[in-house]
Amino acid sequence: MLRFLQNSPHALELVYAGTSKMLVPFRRVMKRGSRMERLFIHLEKWTKGATFDCRMCGQCVLHSTGMTCPMTCPKELRNGPCGGVRANGYCEVLPDRPCVWSQAWERSRKMPLYGQEILHVLAPVDRRLKDTSAWVNHLHPELLKPPAGWES
Amino acid sequence: MRSGSHLEEVLRGGRFAVTAELNPPDSADPESVYERARMIAPVCDAINATDASGAHVHMSSVGVCALLTRAGFDPVMQVSCRDRNRIAIQGDLLGAAAMGVRNVLCLTGDGVQAGDQPQAKPVFDLDSMTLLRTASILRDKGEFLSGRKLEVPPRLFLGAAENPFAPPYDFRPHRLKKKVDAGADFIQTQYCYDVARLREFMAKVRELGVDQKVFILVGVGPLRTAKAAEWMRANVPGVSIPDEIIDRMKRGGKGEGKRLCVEIIQQIREIQGVAGVHIMAYRQEELVPEIVEEAGLLVRDAMKVHP
Ligand code: SF4
Repeated sequence: MLRFLQNSPHALELVYAGTSKMLVPFRRVMKRGSRMERLFIHLEKWTKGATFDCRMCGQCVLHSTGMTCPMTCPKELRNGPCGGVRANGYCEVLPDRPCVWSQAWERSRKMPLYGQEILHVLAPVDRRLKDTSAWVNHLHPELLKPPAGWES
Repeated sequence: MRSGSHLEEVLRGGRFAVTAELNPPDSADPESVYERARMIAPVCDAINATDASGAHVHMSSVGVCALLTRAGFDPVMQVSCRDRNRIAIQGDLLGAAAMGVRNVLCLTGDGVQAGDQPQAKPVFDLDSMTLLRTASILRDKGEFLSGRKLEVPPRLFLGAAENPFAPPYDFRPHRLKKKVDAGADFIQTQYCYDVARLREFMAKVRELGVDQKVFILVGVGPLRTAKAAEWMRANVPGVSIPDEIIDRMKRGGKGEGKRLCVEIIQQIREIQGVAGVHIMAYRQEELVPEIVEEAGLLVRDAMKVHP
């Protein structure tokens, strides 16, 4: 069942698009540090944990990475695979696991909505957001701003 | 000219460039760096100083580069994201530039599991892509990543790596383009032992128009023996060696690795969009001059440094 879901990136991207729209009305109640946030952290951990093995980086980019969590890459790469991917498509660091980025690329090819996002360079991870809710942060764009020098 | 480095001059001048890798010593003696540099410098345009490649610690790339610039060589400083966070890396880039380093190769880095100290903490705060962009922000905007202004920005020729020989093969040309978008001026690839695969890759790169925006140097290197080749293929991250090559090494006698390397260089040279070769002769530096000469690539204008 899980495998099936993970390999249906198009369905997942629809859910992703839906979730980001659905959250908007809750902007006022979903604040950083609120009880609501704590609830959402649990919800997010539970649902995205089960589906994506989500690592709760707090700045979700699943739509840019073929609906495959890039933080499960042992090098936490968010901009594409390293040069070490094995000939069989498995990971350099964890030889008995498929490379996250091989999967991400294949899945992105089946995503009419966001599939091209994988071609854009993403900003460095904000390490402060670890273990916060990406859903809550998503509603407060000021929390997700890249470092000042990055923006041009 | 972004940096005024010798390598940049050669590439912009349109001459087929030769760079070579210096294996950093397990030593605190500058002479061990110079000994190796003297061997390869007369035949190449720039010398790469690796940054604990394969997660094995050696003399640091900043240290090696500082020694090389002092002696008038043009180094390519390799910077990996494995061991340092963004704060340390930005400081090292300024320090290196102040020491006369003009070329920087931005890498993700091999995982710590590949080395002899797998207990170490892997950092990977930045990745090769964000590192490239960070370095170009230092250079072009004269700012740190935080937006804080620099007094004098570094002049750098920025490089990145690509591995056309590792999956996902059809993503690789796009990833190369991404690196150019992030700020790469030149590319050095992983070892090429599969020229057919390289041709495919380059065809796609040309289709994307990326060969017009970046100088691509293809990695090559002499194999020592068939056994060494098999070992490399199994143990060095990202190295792919087809069975035919291993068979040829088994059949061929002494000197086969060097002959093969020269042949590969000659084939690579014919591919449109390739701007040079990068020779990695791991613990066989003494072969580099012969390879360059036999491939017909002897460098005429000697390397010089721009302080
Ligand atoms: S092989 Fe793939 S999953 Fe493994 S470290 Fe490299 S990019 Fe990450």
